[in-house]
Amino acid sequence: MSRLLPFFGFILIVALFAFGIHWNRSHDMNWVPSPLIDKPAPEFNLPLLYDSTKSLSRAELLGKPYLLNVFGSWCVTCQDEHPILMAQGKALGVRLIGMDWKDSPDAAKRWLAQFGNPYDTIIADADGKTGIDFGVYGAPESYLVDAHGVIRYKRIGMLTPQIIDRELKPAIARLQTTPP
Amino acid sequence: MKRIVLAIALLFAGLHVAFAIDPLPFTDRAQELRFQHLTRQLRCLVCQNQDLADSDADLAKDLRRQVFQMMQEGKTDDEIKQYLVSRYNDFVLYDPPLQAGTWLLWFGPLAFVLIGGIIVARIVRKRASVPQEPIDSREEW
Repeated sequence: MSRLLPFFGFILIVALFAFGIHWNRSHDMNWVPSPLIDKPAPEFNLPLLYDSTKSLSRAELLGKPYLLNVFGSWCVTCQDEHPILMAQGKALGVRLIGMDWKDSPDAAKRWLAQFGNPYDTIIADADGKTGIDFGVYGAPESYLVDAHGVIRYKRIGMLTPQIIDRELKPAIARLQTTPP
Repeated sequence: MKRIVLAIALLFAGLHVAFAIDPLPFTDRAQELRFQHLTRQLRCLVCQNQDLADSDADLAKDLRRQVFQMMQEGKTDDEIKQYLVSRYNDFVLYDPPLQAGTWLLWFGPLAFVLIGGIIVARIVRKRASVPQEPIDSREEW
């Protein structure tokens, strides 16, 4: 029996390493769970991208759910995500609010003129302060906020068609059933 | 000629240093040291194996400025950490807080040392209890 002990030890280590490889492949290692899920969205009041004399605040968006999509014209992955939002954004059944994060308004307008504008409204967070309040660390990020202003779902990185079907749409469906 | 080359070289040497550090207007040296100490305990979320003091990521610069500003407002280190944790999770802290989910992380190594120690102690005791064979003095080395 004691002769087999090293063999069992070896098997144990192999199992541990195999689990490690599996874990690494099935998880995005840069993903950080947001502490803001099921918490009220942070307060904000930001100028509109297309009319900086007007602004939009958290309070004005209460009453109906919305998807806050953080993007920037400098962000390469946002460019990949863009056609997906163009194609599917309207069909989601919630307002799509764009937050132009750490970007120059002129560059953002040029970018949107070139690729199209999938958003209902766009707010400009030029200095990135509101983004920090939301815990943004890598655009694109998307926050699903319910009618009471509570964040119910967050996606870090691109909204792919698979993610939309598997995570975002069920999250939107749950909004109807979640009590206040 | 040599002087000009030297002057140009010095110019670039200066530039390099100026770009490596944010020019934050600290009130005194003690505050600067406190800032460096604090930002070294915080993780940069963009390049996750770098601390906030070290990272050149754009977001790290913003967060450094935020930390600096909160220090000017008289916030304590704990308040600043709490500000970041409430937005970015415990992950921003290099030292995870001691709580139900992290006890294995904190005390796991100690447990391994204890288990190893017990195993070593048992082996040593077992060997000590075996009667030693008398050393054969005739054996050739």
